[in-house]
Amino acid sequence: MLKPIVEYKDVHKSFGEVEVLKGINLDIYPGEKIAVIGPSGSGKTTIIRMLMTLEEPTSGDIYVDGKNLWKMEKNGEMVRANEKHLREIRSDIGMVFQHFNLFPHMTILENCMTAPIHVKKEDKEEVRERSIHMLERVGLGDKLNNYPSQLSGGQKQRVAMARALVMRPKIMLFDEVTSALDPELVGEVLEVIRDLAKHEDMAMVLVTHEMDFALDIADKVLFLDEGIIAEQGTAREVIEQSDNARLQEFLRRFRK
Amino acid sequence: MKWNWEIFFDAFPFVLQGLGITVGLTVTCYLFALLLGFFWTFLRRVPSRPFHWFVTWAMEFIRSTPPLVQLFFIYYAWPMIPGVGVTLSPFASAVLGLGIHFSTYIGEIYRSGIESVDKGQWEAATALNFSTYQKWRKIILPQAVPPVIPMLGNYFIIMFKEVPLASTVGAAGILYMANTYGARNWAYLEPLTIVGIIFLLLSYPSAIFIKKLERKMNTRFDKNTILENSQKGAVL
Amino acid sequence: MIKINALIEVFPQLARGLGITVSVLIAAAIFSYIMAFAAGLCRLSKNVFIRKATSVYVEIFRGTSLIVQLFWLYYAIPMLFGIQLGSNWWTGVIAIGLNYGAYMSEVVRGSILSVAKGQTEAAIALNMSPFQRMRLVIFPQALRMMLPEFSNYTIQMLKATSLVSLIGMTDILYYGDIIRSANLSQAPIVYVLVLIFYFLLALPLIFLQRKAEEISKKGVASQ
Repeated sequence: MLKPIVEYKDVHKSFGEVEVLKGINLDIYPGEKIAVIGPSGSGKTTIIRMLMTLEEPTSGDIYVDGKNLWKMEKNGEMVRANEKHLREIRSDIGMVFQHFNLFPHMTILENCMTAPIHVKKEDKEEVRERSIHMLERVGLGDKLNNYPSQLSGGQKQRVAMARALVMRPKIMLFDEVTSALDPELVGEVLEVIRDLAKHEDMAMVLVTHEMDFALDIADKVLFLDEGIIAEQGTAREVIEQSDNARLQEFLRRFRK
Repeated sequence: MKWNWEIFFDAFPFVLQGLGITVGLTVTCYLFALLLGFFWTFLRRVPSRPFHWFVTWAMEFIRSTPPLVQLFFIYYAWPMIPGVGVTLSPFASAVLGLGIHFSTYIGEIYRSGIESVDKGQWEAATALNFSTYQKWRKIILPQAVPPVIPMLGNYFIIMFKEVPLASTVGAAGILYMANTYGARNWAYLEPLTIVGIIFLLLSYPSAIFIKKLERKMNTRFDKNTILENSQKGAVL
Repeated sequence: MIKINALIEVFPQLARGLGITVSVLIAAAIFSYIMAFAAGLCRLSKNVFIRKATSVYVEIFRGTSLIVQLFWLYYAIPMLFGIQLGSNWWTGVIAIGLNYGAYMSEVVRGSILSVAKGQTEAAIALNMSPFQRMRLVIFPQALRMMLPEFSNYTIQMLKATSLVSLIGMTDILYYGDIIRSANLSQAPIVYVLVLIFYFLLALPLIFLQRKAEEISKKGVASQ
């Protein structure tokens, strides 16, 4: 039996008075491709942000490879994890953001090389080769010395993916990565993701509004509504065969 | 010299006598600068290119040279210019000297406020056949001024802190009184400390008030914040 | 009528003060930059005591007038440290440095804070340590953001050096005052030349500031 690489156990998250996640239980298996869909405010982005250590759960536990992400043992007790603990586990997780968040003061090649060199202390030449290869793979091999400000939105997002991939994560998180793009640029980004889904054995979690795309590449689809996982199953099951009224309402609005 | 509490309490009322002049100067200089600022702003908008270049560099000259020197020029030099023959009182010299100096900063503030008004507003005003005066009065200025009010408020506080320079030409504000007391009693430290305290007591709450004002203004006028607030739901 | 003789005579006189003006400016500038970074970073510290203590410094020096600070230090330093610093040069440098250091610390603090949140999150996602995030991502961008304001404050410090003439330092204005008090009718020429002198010194700084604005426009992500 394959063990899950990520486990959410009864995770709750409140922002002030507002409870956004009301008890999430989820297992993610190695190599699984998961799409998370749902209306605004349902908490879908918060789920992956907690895994990326950008938000802390209000209660509940998240395990990565069997290790508790947000808690650690100290003198026989479980206390809130310190930065060192978070960094150890974080090294297996990567994220691509809705607004790219490329480093504007570096070329796209430098954007990709900086983290492996400084964080993982890898050999500079090796990192350079890998970065060039990755940037070529996402179709930007001819713009290595350009700065982010010189690229289109779609190009920036592809760089962002290359940058995350060079770190060789076991899990890649995608936070509505096409929502901030002009419609004609969305396709090139989806193509890259499709290629990754087909050829990479890392787990991928995509928060997205692109239903047809989700149908195409996802092994599992989660419908998040009002802070809980309202529907879970294969893409076909969730998007085409569910009889959940709210889900159907939601799909009506989003499927072209 | 050691700290002497007796002197401190003795000097207090003496120094305080200068408060009227200090505050009066601040208000007068500030109002003068506010008025003159408009002058610079409209001067800059004159379409002639050489004129624009000249005005820009005149402003830069005034802005980048020490206000103290400008003050001395007005007080000592101006009356000496052949044909002028008018001597200015310390108070008047300060108003002119500091007022002109800071009017250049105020002019810049007005300019940034005006430039932040959407270009479309001008076009709409023209299409509706407003006269130039009406355009400014009803459409442009009402949109240009409110966002820069916090910045203008800041300059009031800045003015307050620059006014003590006037003591060097004899304006009897709190710094002048403190130095006078010091000279008479050979005890400068305590009166100067009093001046510092008075400044803090007056400027610190004003600064906080301005910050609050800025926050209020920002949430009303910052379209980014408005956009952000409306998308808060989508972030989750 | 401008007497050409007067012009030729006055300028060299004023130039005698150049050394003091420039040396006070450079020393005060360096001191203020150091204070700006130290205080700015301290105000971002997680330690409440460091934060509050630095805030006291910043608020006192921002809330009071430079000329008052100058006079105060002139009398206070000999008393507090029991020494005559030998000259008032140090008093001037310290006063200007502390005053503008306080203002610039806000610029440091503000620009670090305004580097977009997304940059920090991207750095976290790439598993950089807090120190690496600062050094590789936030600081380089914040530095670019600070440049225009820092150049602006440097020009202000040049203007501020004229105040040291009030505590007896022989700078440009000091020599101008001497000529004026010897011969009041010369006052217009003298002070106009003093202004021109300061303006000439300011020109390179003004150009630097324009350059700084250009640099800060690229290479920074802020929202």
